[in-house]
Amino acid sequence: MRYYALLLLLFSSISIYSQNCNNTLQGTITDQHDGTLLVGALIIVSETGQDVTTNENGEYVITNLCDAKYSLQISHPFCNTKGFEIRISQNTQRNFKLEHHLEELNEVIVKGKANSNNTSTKLVNELSETEIDRYSSSTFGDALNSINGVSSLNTGNTIVKPMINGLHSSRVVIINNDVRMQDQEWGAEHAPNLDVNMASKITVVKGSGALQYGGDAIGGVVIAETAKVAVKDSLFGKTILSGATNGRGGALTSSLTKSFDSGWYTTLQGTLKRFGDFEAPDYVLSNTGLFERDFSVRVGLNRFDFGVEGFYSLYKNEIGILAASHLGSAQDQVRAINSPVPLIINDFTYNIIPPKQDVTHHLARVKGYKRLHNIGKLSLQYDFQKNNRLEFDVRRGANRNEASIDLQLDTHTLLLDLDYKLADEFRMKSGIMGRYQNNFANPETGVRRLIPDYDKYELGIYTLGEYSLNEQWLFEAGLRFDYAYMDVFKFYRTSFWESRNYDELIPEIIVEEFNNQILTNPQPSFSNLSASAGFTYDINSKYKLFFNYALSSRAPNPSELFSEGLHHSASRIELGDLLFDSEVGHNISLSFQKKKEAFGFSISPYSNSINNFIVLEPTGISQTIRGNFQVWEYRQTNAQMLGIDVDASYDFYRNFGFYSQFALVKGYDVEKDEPLINLPAANFKNALVYQNPKINNLWLQLQSEYVFRQNEYPDNNFEVFVPETGTTELVDVSTPPNAYHLLNFNSNIDFTLNPKSTLSVGLTIANIFNTSYRNYLNRLRYYADDLGRNLLLNIKLNY
Amino acid sequence: MKAIKFLSIIALTGLVLTSCSDDDDAPEIINEEELITTMTVTLTPSTGGTAITLVTRDLDGDGPDAPFIDVSGNLTSGATYNGSIVLLNETESPAENITEEVEEESDEHQFFFTPGGGLDVTTTYSNFDTAGNNLGTEFSLVAGAVSSGTLSFTLRHEPTKPNNDLSDAGGETDIEATFDIEIQ
Repeated sequence: MRYYALLLLLFSSISIYSQNCNNTLQGTITDQHDGTLLVGALIIVSETGQDVTTNENGEYVITNLCDAKYSLQISHPFCNTKGFEIRISQNTQRNFKLEHHLEELNEVIVKGKANSNNTSTKLVNELSETEIDRYSSSTFGDALNSINGVSSLNTGNTIVKPMINGLHSSRVVIINNDVRMQDQEWGAEHAPNLDVNMASKITVVKGSGALQYGGDAIGGVVIAETAKVAVKDSLFGKTILSGATNGRGGALTSSLTKSFDSGWYTTLQGTLKRFGDFEAPDYVLSNTGLFERDFSVRVGLNRFDFGVEGFYSLYKNEIGILAASHLGSAQDQVRAINSPVPLIINDFTYNIIPPKQDVTHHLARVKGYKRLHNIGKLSLQYDFQKNNRLEFDVRRGANRNEASIDLQLDTHTLLLDLDYKLADEFRMKSGIMGRYQNNFANPETGVRRLIPDYDKYELGIYTLGEYSLNEQWLFEAGLRFDYAYMDVFKFYRTSFWESRNYDELIPEIIVEEFNNQILTNPQPSFSNLSASAGFTYDINSKYKLFFNYALSSRAPNPSELFSEGLHHSASRIELGDLLFDSEVGHNISLSFQKKKEAFGFSISPYSNSINNFIVLEPTGISQTIRGNFQVWEYRQTNAQMLGIDVDASYDFYRNFGFYSQFALVKGYDVEKDEPLINLPAANFKNALVYQNPKINNLWLQLQSEYVFRQNEYPDNNFEVFVPETGTTELVDVSTPPNAYHLLNFNSNIDFTLNPKSTLSVGLTIANIFNTSYRNYLNRLRYYADDLGRNLLLNIKLNY
Repeated sequence: MKAIKFLSIIALTGLVLTSCSDDDDAPEIINEEELITTMTVTLTPSTGGTAITLVTRDLDGDGPDAPFIDVSGNLTSGATYNGSIVLLNETESPAENITEEVEEESDEHQFFFTPGGGLDVTTTYSNFDTAGNNLGTEFSLVAGAVSSGTLSFTLRHEPTKPNNDLSDAGGETDIEATFDIEIQ
């Protein structure tokens, strides 16, 4: 707080420059789809607080504008509010298009946006607020799943880890309100620790290239943002109440924003989510409930040439893990896999017992920006994150109620960015990042540390340039350098230390030797270079081409470096390697887009070649007194992935539209010449939509989702001796489940209560036919079916 | 002027950052508390005489070393043995006796004895949980005809009780050890 006040004090003493302020901006506002002139659209100039509305001809005029860049916010009763940036240096004529809110409801808006924050030469996908609101009672990962080419690696249905074009975990960077999430994202069963209700826009950049967020996003970047608040005296908010039959629970989320003419604003937001055991078509999925509580607050000041903002959010989630998935050994695994129903099925309950996760994530951020005359926009941001992850296992004796994993990850980051122009058509952005991270594994658990105690220091520096040759051609290039140094204290089992030959290779890192463990002090460091270059070409008013090449480098994460022991939730022994190098990825992406009129589409093929790709794969069986376990070791290899995402939409008759998505990815371990594990199967989604603004914005959608069987997978099966039958049995952990088809229904209708309040009621029926299915990317697919039918009622009040 | 202000902010934040650094104290060692490293099955002939011991010991837990297995001698055809099982965590000093914990939580545990490969033995439970169901840290064993084969000991956590045998017991495996046995 003191820092915040200081920042404010420093900024407030800077004088404002005098300049020409007699410019006029005028033009029309139309509906993007049919070109109808919009009457009564409201335009707010963020910097000056001016507001004007369009006349009966859809025209507007804003006077007394200075030579500067302005942020405009344009809203209309039937449209989603949209922000535009415009540079004024003389009297300007500019026409804007708004997208009809109704049409936007379930459509993934595909657009390339010049001068965007992430990358201009890639086709990015966005989810709007209306779309996000429909996932109010689901997870962040579920919302992302609706974007073509994005899938998820699930642990049950409540731990949903986003996967972009087949890559996940540390290869997908998540930016929450300009803060890079540091929430132990390395684990496959660690979902992002953020509340989907906090975001009003989610952008997905597939593949690397968004260098300002890091050079290691080999899979891609997900950017969640909250809405910008207009400089205007107003009070508005939103409450969503949703209830679902499957899980017999729901969510309540509410936000309230107060803004002032002076530029000050504040937003309060909170979410409460509670579910009991979910159900597959034929049985209860015992111990799969969740209890989530989130809160965030934002206070800021927006002025013409500077702004400051403070933000804090708390995310707390207690998640049950399917009881039947907790296994003691490979023999147990045989029983669980061979059983047609889960080994443990109890009556429905809201209680959550071990195995379970209990995660808490605090995120605090202060940022400020200042427009410097003749230089550009300078931003400074400091953020602090505190992530506490508790994992509870089924335990014995006095430790019964103690967590088996208790990790605390604290991260401090400082960012300084400068956005500047060398010429009107040549923009640059440069920045520097410093980060300190500390991981502390609580020894009170009485279980050897999964992730060791460490300190990590990072420094990053980048520069990006964007050059508009003419109306048609735009070029972009960027360069980034990252350095990371880790200071680690790790206990190794003596037997493992020697089996890896570390006693010969790196004896110098030994600190102390104990009875059967060795304390070591590894200090790995990584220097990584990343780069990006590309162009967009507006072929004509209808067609557009995007091309981008990106080089990315990712340092191995703590789990890849230091894993050494039994991973209970996976019933296998996982072994990392201290001597790993950075992964280096080459991503080439191409998109061909036809802008939406009645018919629009985009076709995006891509290639990912990754050197030193870190894979986790089975290498043998380890005998222990508990029985046999499969051993999985991290290994570096070269991987080649190829894929394509296709989106299309066609408004074929009056109020009817048809939407289609297809995604396919193939990936191979080049050295071993076999397919990569856990790649999403091809999937094909089609939706028929009816919408009618005249009947209270009625919107109806029937959606078909077909997921093919994954036919390319490595054979990781193994054999184990089962004493009760005296036989050796095959443990089939490889064969993917069959293809499946789901039919879903979505609907929504709006009621205007008064000029300022709208009530929206939505009904969703997921898996209408109560189909039993299993998904290859669900880690619990061996043990239970996926979710059965779900009726979801969603009531939203905007005020 | 402006540059100075920004530099001062960076410097200040830098201070915040460095002041948060932890001291470099080495972390404390964790010896797994619930680890079972050693199971010793003692078979004492009911008529007296030398006891036979079956031992499995795995001091590195789920580390790469396989368990060390030892059978002290052969069984005698027609003899009856009183069996008792002791579980230890030998990574602690002195070694922790886990049998006591298992017996305290008798409702949640059960040993199973599975002969295989033609070994002719029959086993009977000698101790029971608080509900009167089988526990099996004590048992009796009758050696049948001259034969050889395997004898497996399985400890299940939270099995379904009562049960017929391993196949309908469910639960989670805490111990699974197989010994080569000969009856003379």
